[in-house]
Amino acid sequence: MNASASDSGLLDQKRLDVVKRQRFQDFLFHKITLSFSLLVLAALAGILISLIITAWPAFKKFGLEFIWRVEWDIINEEFGAAIAIFGTVVSSGIALLIAVPLSFGIALFLTETCPVWLRRPLGTAVELLAAVPSIIYGMFGLFIFAPLFAEYGQPAMQSTLGQMPLIGPLFGGAMNGIGIFAAGLILAFMILPFIAAVMRDVFEIVPPILRESAYGVGCTTWEVVRYVVLPYTQQGVIGGIMLGLGRALGETMAVTFVIGNSQRISSSLFAPGSSIASTLANEFGEADDFHLSTLFALGFLLFVITFVVLALAKILIIRTERAKGAKT
Amino acid sequence: MVSFKKFLTAAALAVGVATSAQAADITGAGATFPYPIYAKWAEEYKKVSKVGLNYQSIGSSGGIRQIRAKTVTFGGTDAPLPGADLDKDGMVQFPTVLGGVVPIVNLEGFKPGEMRLTGPVLAEIFMGSISKWNDPKIAAINPSKKLPDQAITVVHRADGSGTTFIFTDYLNEVSKAWADKVGKGAAVKWPAASSVGGKGNEGVAANVARVKGSIGYVEFAYAKKNKIAHTTLENRNGIFVEPDDTTFAAAAANADWFSVPGMGISLVNQRGTKAWPITGATFVLMYKNPADKAASNEALKFFDWSFKNGKKMAEELDYVALPDSLTKAITEKVWPQIAR
Repeated sequence: MNASASDSGLLDQKRLDVVKRQRFQDFLFHKITLSFSLLVLAALAGILISLIITAWPAFKKFGLEFIWRVEWDIINEEFGAAIAIFGTVVSSGIALLIAVPLSFGIALFLTETCPVWLRRPLGTAVELLAAVPSIIYGMFGLFIFAPLFAEYGQPAMQSTLGQMPLIGPLFGGAMNGIGIFAAGLILAFMILPFIAAVMRDVFEIVPPILRESAYGVGCTTWEVVRYVVLPYTQQGVIGGIMLGLGRALGETMAVTFVIGNSQRISSSLFAPGSSIASTLANEFGEADDFHLSTLFALGFLLFVITFVVLALAKILIIRTERAKGAKT
Repeated sequence: MVSFKKFLTAAALAVGVATSAQAADITGAGATFPYPIYAKWAEEYKKVSKVGLNYQSIGSSGGIRQIRAKTVTFGGTDAPLPGADLDKDGMVQFPTVLGGVVPIVNLEGFKPGEMRLTGPVLAEIFMGSISKWNDPKIAAINPSKKLPDQAITVVHRADGSGTTFIFTDYLNEVSKAWADKVGKGAAVKWPAASSVGGKGNEGVAANVARVKGSIGYVEFAYAKKNKIAHTTLENRNGIFVEPDDTTFAAAAANADWFSVPGMGISLVNQRGTKAWPITGATFVLMYKNPADKAASNEALKFFDWSFKNGKKMAEELDYVALPDSLTKAITEKVWPQIAR
């Protein structure tokens, strides 16, 4: 009796020890992972603060006007970010316009209609495209794509799209092969594999039972995609697009090669321009005190643009989720 | 700003520490223009002296920043510092080597040296006020050639550069409109409506080679290497000259280097029947009272050796070595100001 009681006491003690140890391990694990996550926040705050400090002279001189000022004159120290923001947003916009439908088609084909034997080689090829370094895209763009685009692509577009009312002037002007449109095209190729890979992955997680039932009641492939797959994977699809957009906004080397690096805003998409990232890449090495500060201000604005885009995407996702909740 | 400087200092210190571990290498940073010849000189110099050179070609402004932060023994710049700045910082400045900038064109039917241009016409092309190749002003100086009705695309450097400084310095000299509207500098606001920027000399060369009807400017060596058609230019004596080492040297022949404190004279648009009008020198900046006298001394020894033995190497790389009279003046008048 006594012995067994002390036995169970010992056992309790042991159990307690184990629990204590596990608790401590959990505690440690929690704190360590927490500190890892906080490291990200600290880095983010550090970058933001140092950007603001170094960019301060530029913001102090031009104020908020800096954002919409169309001017970039290094000698007279007159700076504005509008040209670079315009180039960044427009080239990324063109890239999305081209890459999103294409990657949607690719993902759809890979998950819905692709013969099984072709699925792996095609999927791998898309992923390989994502692994190509950006400088390669830049060199390809400048040396191979731009001359061909100037010779065949641009004249064809000018004689068709360029003749249409309203959008005609967008495709006017000199045809050099390099410019904002060319940058958008190269960016489209760069972000296409990212968006396509994410879309394919999320399309694949749609439960077969949903899909099969839809086919069962006589839906066409398009109807299945439109009313079953897309609503189910909305969040992932938007996430994939945002991933691509984030990459397009910040892409530096490839854009610098093909955007033309001209500090002006033109009515034609064929005209050369510059993006925030290309301006930074070009001018950092030779920038003096105040010029350097304006470059940091540009960097800060790129940060803000990326942040706003991400925030908008989150809001979009939340709103669609809510709308779905209201319907059911 | 402050944090960036600190970062630079830290980075340079790290480099400095790393290099001082191996025999004391000479450290320098700055202009990209003289990098190939400095590298060549350093390679040969190391064979005889066992002292190497660690020159980082980060650009002229970067070179000035680094020498002011005292992270390197000498700074390199293509745009000379004014005398007042040198006095304020307690630095001396001297040229090391000469080179030429040439306009290059991509126009059907024009081989190297076949297009003739004058300074004012070149300025108008880069201003954008001449926008077609068959403009009467271009036709007037190229009477024997047929010029196409083709739009001109101007190709310029997208990055700040000493090459741009020398080129805009020239346009500034020959065109009042350019001087009033644009000015000179390592990077300027390019006024021509149809203009494209390329990164580095190779970027400009690549763009000119690929855009039909384009005109750009590069260091002579790049035009030669890429076999792109350069133009001839009318010099101040009214004679059309070809760019080569003799015409670059001719531009410097009559220069009065000591007319400006810090020897920062401009070599563009010089008199002389053979002078190439867009010639420039690259400069070195050093402290009069260097913190590390031994390192400073090593750097001077390196330049002394290069002045004496590096002429042929300079020629091979399409640079022009300084004439003996000038290197003698530098060693006798400038270097003694540096405490040894």
